[in-house]
Amino acid sequence: MKFTLNWLKDHLDTDASLEVIVEKLSLIGLEVEGVENKADELKAFKTAKVIEAVQHPNADRLRVCQVQSADGISQVVCGAPNARSGMVGVFAPVGCYVPGIDLTLKAGNLRGEDSNGMLVSEREMGLSDEHDGIIDLPEDTEIGVPLAEILGLDDPIIEIAITPNRGDCLGVRGVARDLAAAGLGQLKPLKIEKIDGSFESPIKWKSDAAVAEQVPYVAGRYFRNIKNGPSPKWLQERLLAIGLRPISKLVDITNYVSFDLGRPLHVFDADKVKGDLTMRLARNGEEFLALDEETYKLDDTMVVIGDDSGVQGIGGVMGGLNSGCSDETTNMFLEVALFDPISIAITGRKSGILSDARYRFERTVDSQSADWGVDVATQMVLDLCGGEVSKISSAGSIPSEKRVIELRPSRIEDLCAVAVAKDKQIEILSILGFEVTDKGDLISAVVPTWRPDVELEACLVEEILRIHGYENIPELQMEPESYLPQGVLTIEQRRVSNARTALCWRGLDEAVTFSFVSYAEAELFGGVPDSLRVANPISTDLDTMRPSILPTLLSAAVRNTDRGYADNALFEVGPQYVDDTAKGQQKMATGLRSGSIAGRHWESGSRTVDAFDAKGDALAALEAAGAPVDNLQVFTTAPSYFHPGRSGVMGLGPKNVLAAFGELHPRVLEAMDIKGPVVAFEVYLDNIPQPKVKKGESGKIKPALILSPFQPVERDFAFLVDESVEAGKLIRSAKGADKALISDVVLFDIYTGKGVEEGKKSLAITVTLQPKDHTLTDEEIEAVSQNVIAQAMKATGATLRS
Amino acid sequence: MDNLEELRSALLQRVEEASDLDALDAVRVQALGKKGEITQRMKTLGGLAPEERKEAGQAFNLIKQAVAEAIEVRKGTLHEAALEARLAEEKIDVSLPPRPTTIGKMHPISQTLEELVAIFGEMGFSVAEGHHIEDDFHNFTALNIPPEHPARQELDTFYMPEKEDGSRPVLRTHTSPVQIRAMQNTTPPIRIIAPGRTFRADHDATHSPMFHQVEGLVIDEKTNMGHLKGVLIEFCRAFFGVKDLPMRFRPSYFPFTEPSAEVDIGCTRSDGQLKIGAGDDWLEILGSGMVHPKVLENCGIDSTKFQGFAFGIGIERLAMLKYGIPDLRTFYETDLRWMKHYGFLPMEMPSMVRGL
Repeated sequence: MKFTLNWLKDHLDTDASLEVIVEKLSLIGLEVEGVENKADELKAFKTAKVIEAVQHPNADRLRVCQVQSADGISQVVCGAPNARSGMVGVFAPVGCYVPGIDLTLKAGNLRGEDSNGMLVSEREMGLSDEHDGIIDLPEDTEIGVPLAEILGLDDPIIEIAITPNRGDCLGVRGVARDLAAAGLGQLKPLKIEKIDGSFESPIKWKSDAAVAEQVPYVAGRYFRNIKNGPSPKWLQERLLAIGLRPISKLVDITNYVSFDLGRPLHVFDADKVKGDLTMRLARNGEEFLALDEETYKLDDTMVVIGDDSGVQGIGGVMGGLNSGCSDETTNMFLEVALFDPISIAITGRKSGILSDARYRFERTVDSQSADWGVDVATQMVLDLCGGEVSKISSAGSIPSEKRVIELRPSRIEDLCAVAVAKDKQIEILSILGFEVTDKGDLISAVVPTWRPDVELEACLVEEILRIHGYENIPELQMEPESYLPQGVLTIEQRRVSNARTALCWRGLDEAVTFSFVSYAEAELFGGVPDSLRVANPISTDLDTMRPSILPTLLSAAVRNTDRGYADNALFEVGPQYVDDTAKGQQKMATGLRSGSIAGRHWESGSRTVDAFDAKGDALAALEAAGAPVDNLQVFTTAPSYFHPGRSGVMGLGPKNVLAAFGELHPRVLEAMDIKGPVVAFEVYLDNIPQPKVKKGESGKIKPALILSPFQPVERDFAFLVDESVEAGKLIRSAKGADKALISDVVLFDIYTGKGVEEGKKSLAITVTLQPKDHTLTDEEIEAVSQNVIAQAMKATGATLRS
Repeated sequence: MDNLEELRSALLQRVEEASDLDALDAVRVQALGKKGEITQRMKTLGGLAPEERKEAGQAFNLIKQAVAEAIEVRKGTLHEAALEARLAEEKIDVSLPPRPTTIGKMHPISQTLEELVAIFGEMGFSVAEGHHIEDDFHNFTALNIPPEHPARQELDTFYMPEKEDGSRPVLRTHTSPVQIRAMQNTTPPIRIIAPGRTFRADHDATHSPMFHQVEGLVIDEKTNMGHLKGVLIEFCRAFFGVKDLPMRFRPSYFPFTEPSAEVDIGCTRSDGQLKIGAGDDWLEILGSGMVHPKVLENCGIDSTKFQGFAFGIGIERLAMLKYGIPDLRTFYETDLRWMKHYGFLPMEMPSMVRGL
């Protein structure tokens, strides 16, 4: 919402300066978005007289001018063809900034003649494209008048943001009323005179019963023998100042009243209307050519204004091209209507039309303005266009119910910790237009018709407080619920945080990527049900909720690789989606690695990423998140987007999976256009069992540490097994050989080739025995060793390699 | 005796001439070993008269002692020389880089979130979360945003496909549904922050279709706007690390709060640089207000008994301002160079007592 300072002063009797007004506006909730003060920007430029202009001795196209300004005489070399003795122009002295040519003037010398300043053209001032010559003013113009004043640009323009509840401030008068309440002057009375018509309107307003709720009331009247044409200068200047293009008197009047009083109007060229005008619902498929020269298809939820020949306007949104007023219009029919905001919003959204009328009706206009709006419009049309006016024609009725709200004066302090005297509360509400009755311990307020947003007591609290000033609210400390701050994170939240930290320590960088991917990417990573496809995506790249974090990470790895950074180690802790329910959103710690590990080095060579990097990442995240990693079993049932032979899952059982890991499927990599291998992991944080903590215990205590005084003993074994045997099975069987004595089993070598028969492999393990109460005898060690061999054979068919 | 003196000087000379530890040991054996010269010569003393023998014995012992001492000294010297030689040989090029290991960086959104938790946690707020695909009631209606309300239009909502019952889930446009659920499921007092992903159908230089918000909610019998002011001022000053950060509360409008306030922090803008702190300009940072009585009632909370405040802040915006990250869109691009530059090492969880 834009207006000028003088426009505001039409409604507000105030001595306040621009600065004071601007600051106050923001403080009462009318946030100032910008102030344009041309007078300030152009203050260096003033009228000046060219006393003498003579031909430059050394340049055909230049003239040497003696310029008389308010500050004395300056010599200026000027190239304009219209520079001549006796003219009055606009002088820019040395040191000032000329906006149109982005230059700060310096004293200069042009081909031997000094030049101090400049006589400017409109284009040089950034005012227009006019550059045929310098600004040429009437010769009786006084010297030293600021350019802004000459051009009528000395009225500062203020732009404020209007929140959706303040439809009343979409007119300058509403803004003035708020400022008056805030103590910045008096609201001037609005002079409205009832003007009686001298004849019956040949066109009548009618309204279908079906639209009684959407259009409670419409009124208008007929103007004959009027003269349209360009508006007077003052009106054009105001409209230009707020960014509107002057069109003709009639159209400018509708725009002016809309911005001045927040009252949208519409004017029909009465000679182009066939019969009466009716507010009715459109018929499905009906078409309408609007003022913006676009044709709109209508449906039967939209209110239109129809005559005998068809649709002449979409009610409250936009008028029709065919019945619009032009310079030739001599008879006009006026529309002043009330529309239901929701109906306007629906029609507006469906048609996609953005108009000042829609904007205001959506935010609710003052219902009484449907009455006085007719008078205001009549007065202005008669003033500017002459002619005669008919009696008023109307249909429906203006809603008459008044909203009364009771306010406990103590409520301000209860809610806002500010004491405002009751008299002050009453005063503020009164200036804002509430009819206030003091009932002792209650204030009864009748809400003005232009403030339908004020619904309950809390709204009155806000009205009083915003005018009284939020700066008066004290800063209070909340009472702590306990002396010390309590732990505020749940176990799940700490797991997320811990998994993130662990993965960073593993060398992976944390990413945050979008929750949506393209449908094709979703399909590549397992697919989603239709319920996870966004109905109104901003692009098809982002139209499906991701079933895995991997597609967005992989896309990032592709981009990084294309930039020349092929070694990616990325992870994200975030959501993936299985369906549209609350449970269908899973919390994941997902990551990938591409390229090589650790890069090249002079001593330790680099190495391509492999599945065990991903397995290690998954285990690190699991352990940090509190999963029982020692009890995890590995299965080869990873999702389809992993390499079937180089991937696995880890879980507490085949149905209780905590993580998947491995190389990504070559088909996926091909589809995403990245060279492999890429390895990845997905940790299901939600699936990690909760630690069991007994009631009344902290759960922090650790089991006692028992340190054995006896040295551990290590024994190495090399087993021959079938190539298909999983090493994990052998390790588990060895561990199980004597759970009390065996503290660790480490696989330290895998060998195939010479000395090992075809189809077999050799697995070498170190078994650590930790005696607890005595040094082991050779016999005891031998017995355990034999059991390790026996268990390995039983579990995997292993034989000891000789 | 001349003979003895010759022997002594000959042996000492040989000790001195020994060039390494092996040669020195050979000298030791030649002089002091079982068949060494001194040992051999001492064996000849048996033939002497007792007086002479005693005297000669002492003389030999002196030589023996002197030679042994000389050997020890020489040994020390040679040892030292050998060590020097070894050290010289073992010299490495310490300018060579070590074996590479990497620590990954934490995303600025995570870091900022941890800071928020640290500050608000200290003030007694716990952390509540929720899901992203919401129903109309929790995202709009309960928040006093009726259908076709201009405020709803301004939210640029992403919709999911219509369900069989005609309802249409949405991607939450704010984390307010989390607050609604908290109010539905708990009896006041409530003191929570709700951080998380939010979605709006808008994509340009300053808008992302997905971004992060943190919202706060306090409901009890006496919390008022003074507390709101106190909490937010305390928060902003702690978060930005500017003790005297000027703050301005302006009336505004949100359907779910009444009275509502927008909050500005002081700043200066010069040469395209924005600096947070006392200055000549204001920067809007968050929205807040007293929870609207209708919202309380929509969640089954008696608005005549309970009251409180709510606020909402964009996490990316906070991170951009605090850490000088110029472009919102870069947060989600996963450009390794950006991550290394703007990311955070995972060394230290933000904490008020350690300092943010």
